[in-house]
Amino acid sequence: MARKFTPKVLTANDLMEGDVIYLAADGSWVRDHAQAEFLEDETIAEMRMLVAQGQPEIAVGPYLADAKMGENGPEPIHFREAFRTRGPSNYFHGKQAETASQ
Amino acid sequence: MYTYSDFDEAFVRERCKQFRAQVARRIDGSLTEDEFKPLRLMNGVYLQLHAYMLRIAIPYGTLRSDQMRQLGMIADKFDKGYGHFTTRQNIQFNWPTLKDIPDILDALADVQMHAIQTSGNTIRNTTVDHFAGAATDEIADPRPTAELIRQWSTDHPEFQFMPRKFKIAVGASTHDRAALKVHDLAVELVDKDGQQGYRILVGGGLGRTPMIGQVITDFIPKADLLPYLEAVVSTWNIIGRRDNKYKARIKITVFENGIEKMRELVNEEFAKTRAKFSGYDQEVLADLERQFAPPAFKNADPSSLETAVAVDPLLARWVARNTNPHKVENHLSVVISLKEHGKTPGDATGDQMRLMADLADQYGYGELRISHEQNVILPHVAKADIPALFTELAKAGLATANAGLTSDIIACPGMDYCALATARSIPVAEQIALRVKELDLEDEIGLMKIKISGCINACGHHHVGHIGILGLDRAGVENYQITLGGDATETAAIGERTGPGFAYDEVVPAVERLLKTYLEKRNSAEETFLDAYRRLGADPFKEALYGDAKKNAA
Repeated sequence: MARKFTPKVLTANDLMEGDVIYLAADGSWVRDHAQAEFLEDETIAEMRMLVAQGQPEIAVGPYLADAKMGENGPEPIHFREAFRTRGPSNYFHGKQAETASQ
Repeated sequence: MYTYSDFDEAFVRERCKQFRAQVARRIDGSLTEDEFKPLRLMNGVYLQLHAYMLRIAIPYGTLRSDQMRQLGMIADKFDKGYGHFTTRQNIQFNWPTLKDIPDILDALADVQMHAIQTSGNTIRNTTVDHFAGAATDEIADPRPTAELIRQWSTDHPEFQFMPRKFKIAVGASTHDRAALKVHDLAVELVDKDGQQGYRILVGGGLGRTPMIGQVITDFIPKADLLPYLEAVVSTWNIIGRRDNKYKARIKITVFENGIEKMRELVNEEFAKTRAKFSGYDQEVLADLERQFAPPAFKNADPSSLETAVAVDPLLARWVARNTNPHKVENHLSVVISLKEHGKTPGDATGDQMRLMADLADQYGYGELRISHEQNVILPHVAKADIPALFTELAKAGLATANAGLTSDIIACPGMDYCALATARSIPVAEQIALRVKELDLEDEIGLMKIKISGCINACGHHHVGHIGILGLDRAGVENYQITLGGDATETAAIGERTGPGFAYDEVVPAVERLLKTYLEKRNSAEETFLDAYRRLGADPFKEALYGDAKKNAA
């Protein structure tokens, strides 16, 4: 029996800034996890991975990360991915600061 | 202190130029990430969780004031206003952008610094006792030896693509403050029948297979050091395992072959390498020993310190905790704690770096050190200047009187920054420090080494903590294993695992129970936690952690 596919988002680090990016449904790269494309189909997820791997001028180290659908869009499942959506615990730096300044 | 030669200057500038071109080619697409990654790592550039990280070499943890000032400038101009000092006596910046890194490397070169060999399967920064040149119990300053090793190992053509990284430490004192026995190779300056030479240990290390180094030779003359090191590293480079990166360190080679076989192989190699060294290295070493001559110590009357200590309890406490005896009677070595309660261990802001540089100029002959315990040291301060220095440090939040105490915690960056980490370290360290402050138990507990790693790689040295904490991912949740009885000094020991791990919010209460058990069970205030653990064994501490039913759970 085929194993059940856990939904994913496609994530990477931005080449220039190094910060965390996500592939959106329109093919653009976004900074907000909630705006990532929610990938429920394994074949589509694999195709998106090929797309990401073909954009080394933007995305470094793309991979698929487990996600679930929340009220505002996809949410991370694993705590590592949750940390990547904000910033470090010890300073108000990274995405948490960027979000607050918007 | 060592000053760059013309060769060093040209070499580092050329590397900066090369890397600037490599970054440009990565950005314009001429280089793929697979092609670029080994090049950036050769220049200390990692890609971490939230950003690039640049690891900068601080050879043997020694900095001039102008170098510290430049690090402060880099923190403010190219990063987010702070830097993180590491257990390899280096500094890391956590937020540089790729396009800025060539400018940072140029700024480092301006003050004779670089990021070469701070990553990769090569010989990393050689570390030493942070009180080198000042300690009362040292045979000689170990830094000329460390600088000789740096010059030999930098861009050594045979040692750029080894099975794994290789870490060397140099010591020269009866009390080991450089964690010699948990290094791939340790060089210990010793005196035999009036002749100075070296004892060499190999095969120590932490990570997933922690091991204590073993003596491979009891004594080699100074002139044999580099050929002998070359023989050791060359032997391992040939026979070290490359089939499995987790078994590629020299500790596994020594374990699998045995120290006798290893000694035999190294001696065979040494017979060949010895002939290749003409003796020029000893001329270099003699020159280095001259360059590391102590400063012209001032002859100030030290009695004013006693007077000040008598009337100022805060100063008295800080002097008792954060100074170390100096080989010159009217001087002390000062530990500037980067472990303010509730703050990130090892972090300093740009302002703090500049202040420390200024204070080094004013009171410390322009010299600073980084300790492997992630503090900053002013190695030479006249006793007469201590009260004024304390006042200045206190104004900047740099006079925390906790060197060697419970809150003086080594912590790796953990999952707040590191791409390899599996759990967080920093907030655990912060919370333990805040809790012991709240309990006001630190002075009563006395000497205590707590060390925290956020993954099995053990960058936080948890195996050699009196209390070690290892953060892991257990089924998608942060979980923390506790080890007890570790020791990084001359009586080195690997800590023993106590039992099942604790959830994130259970760690601080668990540590608190250990500390209180120690206070209840110790013989006297003079018996340290480590001594008490060695006398009592693990049982009372396991009981404190798990209750009587689970004390045999390990």
